[in-house]
This record gives sequence, C-alpha cells and structure tokens, in this order.
Amino acid sequence: MTHEQARTVIGERFGGAQVDPTSAEATVGRGVPLTVTVPVDQWSAFARFAKESLGCRFFSFSTAVDWKEQGLEVVARIDNLDTGLSIFMKTKLGPGVSACPSLVPVFRGADWMERECYDMFGIRFDGHPDLRRILLGDDWVGHPLLKSYAVDTPHPPYR
Amino acid sequence: MTLEAAPTTRVELDYSGGERLTMNMGPQHPSAHGVFRAILTLEGETVVAVDAVIGYLHRCHEKLSETLTYAQYPSIASKTDYVAAMTSEFAYVMAAETIGKIEVPKRAQYLRVIAAELQRIASHLLWLGTWCMDMGGALGGGATIFLYAIRERETILDLFESLVGARLLYGFYQVGGTRYDIPSGWADACRKTIDVIDQRIGEYEGLLEDNPFFLARAQGVGYITRELAEDVGIAGPLLRGSGVNFDLRKSAPYSSYEDFTFTVPVETAGDCFARYRVRMVEFRESIKIIRQALDKLPDGPISSRPGLKSVAQTRIPKGEAYSRVEGPRGEVGCYLIADGSAKPYRMKWRGASFSNLAVLPHIIPGHKVADVVAIMGSVDPVFGEVDR
Amino acid sequence: MEIKPPVPTIPAPIWRNIKDLQEWEQLHQKRPEGDKHSAAFESITEGIHSFPGGFVVTTVADSFLNWARKSSVWPVTFGLACCAIEMMATFASRFDVERLGMVPWASPRHSDLMVVSGTVTIKMAPMLERIYDQMPDPKWAVSMGSCANSGGPFRHGYHVVKGVDRVIPVDVYVPGCPPPPESLLNGLLLLQDQIAQFRRTGRRPAPNPKVD
Repeated sequence: MTHEQARTVIGERFGGAQVDPTSAEATVGRGVPLTVTVPVDQWSAFARFAKESLGCRFFSFSTAVDWKEQGLEVVARIDNLDTGLSIFMKTKLGPGVSACPSLVPVFRGADWMERECYDMFGIRFDGHPDLRRILLGDDWVGHPLLKSYAVDTPHPPYR
Repeated sequence: MTLEAAPTTRVELDYSGGERLTMNMGPQHPSAHGVFRAILTLEGETVVAVDAVIGYLHRCHEKLSETLTYAQYPSIASKTDYVAAMTSEFAYVMAAETIGKIEVPKRAQYLRVIAAELQRIASHLLWLGTWCMDMGGALGGGATIFLYAIRERETILDLFESLVGARLLYGFYQVGGTRYDIPSGWADACRKTIDVIDQRIGEYEGLLEDNPFFLARAQGVGYITRELAEDVGIAGPLLRGSGVNFDLRKSAPYSSYEDFTFTVPVETAGDCFARYRVRMVEFRESIKIIRQALDKLPDGPISSRPGLKSVAQTRIPKGEAYSRVEGPRGEVGCYLIADGSAKPYRMKWRGASFSNLAVLPHIIPGHKVADVVAIMGSVDPVFGEVDR
Repeated sequence: MEIKPPVPTIPAPIWRNIKDLQEWEQLHQKRPEGDKHSAAFESITEGIHSFPGGFVVTTVADSFLNWARKSSVWPVTFGLACCAIEMMATFASRFDVERLGMVPWASPRHSDLMVVSGTVTIKMAPMLERIYDQMPDPKWAVSMGSCANSGGPFRHGYHVVKGVDRVIPVDVYVPGCPPPPESLLNGLLLLQDQIAQFRRTGRRPAPNPKVD
C-alpha cells in the first residue's frame, strides 16, 4: 500500500485526522513515514486501525514533546515491516492537559515507553496497567524533560 | 548518625511447595551486563514473574542534548550504546543531516559503513565473550571464549585507535561527514585483521556447537514468538531469530548500503540458539561488506562541512526527523526536533536495548533461574541505551 | 493458608536525614573503625616496638604484611557503564591484571578493592554504598573514569552524582573517558604503592599525586 492509498483510507475512516502532505509524497520503504495528526480521543482507535487494517504491527517508539505554551504533544511511530509503510502518529494534548489514552491494549511495547513518558513529562495514560516511574526513583519529585525543569536541578547531598 | 537496621519480616511457610519467593537479582551481579535489577518471583526454581527495574544509569542524555550543540553532542552520543559507539553517533548525525538536507560525500559514506561494520564485529565479539562467560562462569569454561573473543576485539580496537585515537568512545562522525580519514596502510591492516577474524570465528563456532552443555543451555530457551516480537518492538538479531526478515540496511538503506551485496540471516526457531546463529552469520556478512567497501572506496572529501571553527558553527533549520540505524542490537533511532539554532529543541533516543529488554517480562516466566542469565545474555542489553 | 512472601526492601537511604553536602562530608571523613587491629594485638606490637631494637621486627612485619596485601588485591566487579568495558579489557589477557595478583571477584564479601567504573547516578548511589559497606576492611576504592571522578560529561545532569567521592572514600583517581587499560593499570600500580605504606594504625597517607 503506497502512501497515497494509505492517506485515502485514513481520510475515509478518520475524518478528524490530518495527514501531513509533504510526507504523503514520499516513497514507501525508503524510511519516510506518513505523518498523521490525530485528535486525542481517537488516539488508540487510530492505532488499532493502523495495526489491523494497514498492517502496521511493529511498535517502534512513543514519546512526548513539550511545546512550552502550546502544551504537550505525544508522538508514536509504528511500522509495517513487510511493505515498509511507517506511520508517525501525533496528538496534541493542549495547554495544561497531561492525560492521554494508553496504547497498551493495542501494542504491548507501549508499556515501557508510556511509563517513560509519565516519568519524564508527567503525562498520565488512561488504561495503562502499571503506570509508575521507570528511569528515576519512585520518590523523585518533578518531571525532568518538561521545559520548566532545569537540567542541573540540585539534589542534596549528591549534587 | 547510624544506619537504620533492616526491618525484620516474618515469613510463614507451608510445606506444600506453593510458596513464592521474591528474589532480587540486584544492580550488581556477576553476569556482566551492567546495572539492571530484576525482581524475580520464584516458585521453587521456576521463575513466575519478573519485575525489571531499570534507570540505574539514567544519565540525562535527552535533557543534556538540549544544552549541547550539534558539534559537541556526537561524542556524548557514543555513550548511549557504548559497546557499539559508532552506530550510536551515526543515528544522531544522520538525523541532523536529514533535517538540514546536508549532503554527505560518497567517501564519507563508505568510511561510515566501514566503521559501522567493524563496530558490529567488535560488539558481537564482546557479546559472544560475555554471554559464554555468563553461562560458563568467570573462572570456569566461560572464560575461554571470553578471552579469545576479547583478543580478537583488541585487534579491531587497535584499528580504531589508529583511525580515531580512541578505543571505545569516539567522535568519528560529525554532521556532514566524518572527522578523520583513514591513514596510509590502514586498509591493508584492516584486511589482514578481518581475514584473521573470519578464520577464528569458525574455530569458536566449532568449539561451541560441539559442546552439549552449550546446546542444552541455548536451545529451547527464551522462545520469542514472531507476534510478540513485533508487538513489543524488538529489533535486530532478536527479531531475525524469530523469523521476521527485517534489516534496516536492506529495507531502508542509508549511507550507500545499497551498493553492497550481503545477505540477512533469518532463523525461525526463536530461541537463544537461533539468535546466536543469526549473530554468527552476521559476523561473516559484515566482513563481506567491509571487503567490498575497502575495494570500492572512492576518493574525495570526507566531509561537506570541514574545518570546524566553533562549536556553534552548525545550525540546523527548523524541522524534525527520525533517523534509524541498524545497530548490532537492533534499530537505534534518533528523533530530533530542530528549531533553527545550534542546539536541538528535543531529542529522543530510540534505544534498541530499551525495547529489547521490554520483552523480558513476557518470555522469562516459566524458565528456571539459570535460564534467566542465558536469556539476558542472548538479548544482549547495553544499559547506556536502556537508561540513556 | 495465606503465605506472606518476604519482600526484600532496601532501607531508606541515609541521605534523607542529612541536610546538605557539608554534613555528608563530615560523615564520610571518619574512616571505618575496622582498619585498626584489636586492642590486645595493638598493645603487643607497641610493646615490641618500644623494646630497644624491636622496631626492626615491627617494620619488617609491616612491610611483609603490606607486600602480601598489595600483591593480592581482589577487585569486586563493579562495572557501571562504558568504563566497565575497558575494565573488562584490563582484566582480559592483553592487559592482564592477574599477573599483579588481582583476581576479579563478584562477591563484595571476599574482595579488597572496588573499582568504580562508570557514572554513579542518584538511583545507584545507595546500592554502591551498600556494596562498599559489605566489603571487609582493609578496603580501597579506585575511581575510574571522569564520570566517577567528578560526574564527567554528565556532570550537569539532574540524576548524576558529581563524583563517587561524594558516596565513598576514594584512594586513586584514574582520569579518562574511558581511561584506556594502560591508564587503569597505572592507577592500580599507584594503588599498590599506596598499600605498601599502609600503617597498622589505620591512618592512610595523605594523597601524594605523582607528576610524571
């Protein structure tokens, strides 16, 4: 399935999703993903659709970006290993919002990735079976990758 | 000021054999994989559940990258996958070049391929040595393969030392090309080294595969189904050992990999032995690629942006890209968002070992405690990538 | 019958009770008491030493014991990060440390030396201190690599301890990122020189950096 076909199918099924036009011109299999911006409430529905209908069963990664005033954005990338189609899903959470549906029911690999997003950004994923900090200690205060957190925040007595 | 005494707990045992023991395989343990804590729940000798605790090496790479420029960061990037430092730098540099649409000269692309494949051989040698040492014991038979493999690895590190100046962590890749060119005589030394390694890999294979203990510990252990592999997102030899024919060097070729002929080993058994076979064949394929690259190495500049005058010289325009590299452990990726200045806005490392380790809680339950070590060795995690 | 399994809990780290770095340093200035021999042994050796000519016996005994200590320093394999790979290369056959008597040993209870190779993070620091406490005296510590010396390239990170000497007392610092095996061997030989001056009173010589 080429990017054009995928774009048509997505347009039919998910009216709210916007496909990035520059990525839709790329050739499948050369590593350029199809970038799709999905509204938050359709996040896991779109992931399930991509897994079942578009064959994107490989969960590459999921992370978040802090766009200061515009709020947080969660991104995820899933691949179809047989045809080379990659979909780069993005969803903007909006300023002040830090909750997002979880992809764990769809992809088991989202487990640790979402725990890391929670750890670093404070995003709570609804439907995650075991949301706790993964990289930092359980008693850490603050979410480091937010732009409001300084990289050299002191932590007595070690630093 | 005194340390508080550990709280005493009462344990009530019933002798029907149903009690469960929680055992801590703590961040310091003899299996030489680094700082990883696995809290195993045991029923007798069988593992029932695994809670993997990571983060003991979280060195704030992603936050630090926002404070370091594109010229400063590649040396730090090598410290993510420190066993295969060349491929780690590759991902970051390629991401910056993709956003900035920076051309890399052909000679630099070939040099990058040679370095990456040499690094793959060195990394697999270390994997072989430490895996066999874990299964055999440091003072027992395991040290045999460890010492042989480290001996071969030292010859490759000598090549890197004459090329870059460093043995383990380099700053070889820069945005636009590579930093150093190969000195005279290096190509011949490289050819001699890989010829020797080619012959010795055959000896180690014979040594291991004739050993019934090795076969008993590796076959049938740590079975990963194809469906689980894709769902969790593991890549590299783990994915190819479970029957999925996916190698980034073939599916999404980067840096002139399409100019070289090589095959991608795929095994369907899905156990530790299959992953071992995949990596042993990868040795030989990497040697093939290096020979072809050395034969066809074109002349030309080694960087489209030579002569670094200041650390803030490289500015990448606004944009984002995700570049991925087939590292020895799988897909190492760098998702970079640039905002026009000399420092990235956000950088995310997609560490191969992070996704590979995530499969452990799914495959270990049902195995014995001794198999945990064999499985962890065949998964081959590097904790710089896991914790970043 | 409901079985309550024992859950291994790590006790809360002591640093919670400490206000700042200065208080922590004071805690660490005190060397472990176990460096000293028992009081009876001390009184006997004092007696021999003060006897006319007795100093020959005690100094020869000291040199002999220190030679024995430095010739069989067993490091505990405490590899944290990239320096661990270079430490493993040092322990392997090309840069053999076994010819110096150093057998890497996984259990801290049976080792003399802790080579801290790699970055110490805030999550790992209590574990590191615990392993160091589990080692019997006399024990030494070598800080390998710039991360263990001072935090290294990650010094400004929020989760990195600025040097392992904020956690344990260090005897030799080996610089490098990572230090090649030759540097680590140099550091271990300097440590052997330090051990040769180890006094029975448990007082260690002040740092005497060799400039060469």
